Amino acid sequence: MKYIFSRRDFLQHVGKISLAGAGAYGLTSMLHGCISADISSTLSQVSRHSGSIINVAKAGIKTFDDFTPEQEYYIGRTVGALILEKYKPYDNTEVTRYVNILGQTIARASDLPETFNGYHFLVLDSNEINAFATPSGLIFITRGMLGCCADEGELAAVLAHEVGHVQLKHGLQAIKKGRFTEFGSILAMETTKALTDSEVAQLVESFEGTISDITTTMINNGYSRSFEVDADKSAAIIMGRVGYNPTSLITMLEAMDAKLQPGGRDFAKTHPSPSSRINYLAKRITTEQDPETPDARARRFREAMKIS
Amino acid sequence: MAATMSVQVRKCQLRDKPSFLAKTITSLAYADQVTIQQEKDDWYRVVPLNRPNGGWVHVSALSKKKIVLKPGSRDIDSAASSDELALAGKGFNEQVEKDFKKKNKNVDFTWVDKMEKIVISQVEMQNFLKDGGLIAEGEGA
Repeated sequence: MKYIFSRRDFLQHVGKISLAGAGAYGLTSMLHGCISADISSTLSQVSRHSGSIINVAKAGIKTFDDFTPEQEYYIGRTVGALILEKYKPYDNTEVTRYVNILGQTIARASDLPETFNGYHFLVLDSNEINAFATPSGLIFITRGMLGCCADEGELAAVLAHEVGHVQLKHGLQAIKKGRFTEFGSILAMETTKALTDSEVAQLVESFEGTISDITTTMINNGYSRSFEVDADKSAAIIMGRVGYNPTSLITMLEAMDAKLQPGGRDFAKTHPSPSSRINYLAKRITTEQDPETPDARARRFREAMKIS
Repeated sequence: MAATMSVQVRKCQLRDKPSFLAKTITSLAYADQVTIQQEKDDWYRVVPLNRPNGGWVHVSALSKKKIVLKPGSRDIDSAASSDELALAGKGFNEQVEKDFKKKNKNVDFTWVDKMEKIVISQVEMQNFLKDGGLIAEGEGA
């Protein structure tokens, strides 16, 4: 069975991803560059400063794309800790395990399957309808959101949408532009030399600011409509790759639409209305035939949700 | 000259086929360097430096920059530009997180640490896909 997500959209989407990924991975062009690199010309560019204090990282971090996966990981951990300051974790081994098996399987089918320390999922003990994804792949889903999912495919849709935000680095893009100038100047001093105490203090302040930029957008204001649409597109592609019907994304949004309270402080506040997302997706997702859900899939979902 | 890349994630697996469900040959660690031999979609067949056996790794685990764990002046001198070198543990790192925790004692990382310990084995994932009538990698359209 094949699920079709409009080919034109798919191609545009892939184009966007490869553009966005160019800085991080620089796949083919980089390889050709390396292969054809002339060693002597490379050596001639080496700047021979005296001593070991050389600004190798002078370029520092100018945009969100310049963070290494390691730095993205440390940003993500603190964002995750702040989400958990606001929402209590739901401490239930079975549900946590089920959400992680499903979520990690989905993440592996994304365009960013490897993050610094992998994808990890946790249910939040809240009736709010919400889900969050930190840079580097800590993903949170509320019990209220679980309640909107009628089957495993719909839960897969929610998790795939969040993986989409990670893959597209939406969290990092919430960092205010001025912030890069702020810590760029400290990181420009990045050398083999250790930072001074005041430089470390400055770096920690910049870190706090960075985290605050991300949590303000993620928890309070929400991403732009175009980011949400892009995450939906990624979700549809990922779902097709794993074998879930991407129309589950639409049925899940319909269920959410019915449950969301207008003016609520949760998903309703931080996301475009489900109906507008449904309209967009319905035009683009078609299925060749109705999927049949194997019994085992339906059963494991029911069992996990019973205890949730 | 074959292209060399560095592992940019904490740990990743080298596999005998370009798929996450393929058999693991060995593990690679952060900053390990590999030589690229072949490309297939988003997977590269690589040989780790100073090790005999090669295998497949997903491109998202690799960086074109040489990642240096404990940089000395020689590494820096031999890099042509900042585009070629990344220093591990610089910038927003473990120390910055520690300092952040000192300043923000109310922020609790217990559950973040717990989450990170959740590991799903390859067998569990394979069974999950199989039992659920889902597509294992490489079988998809």
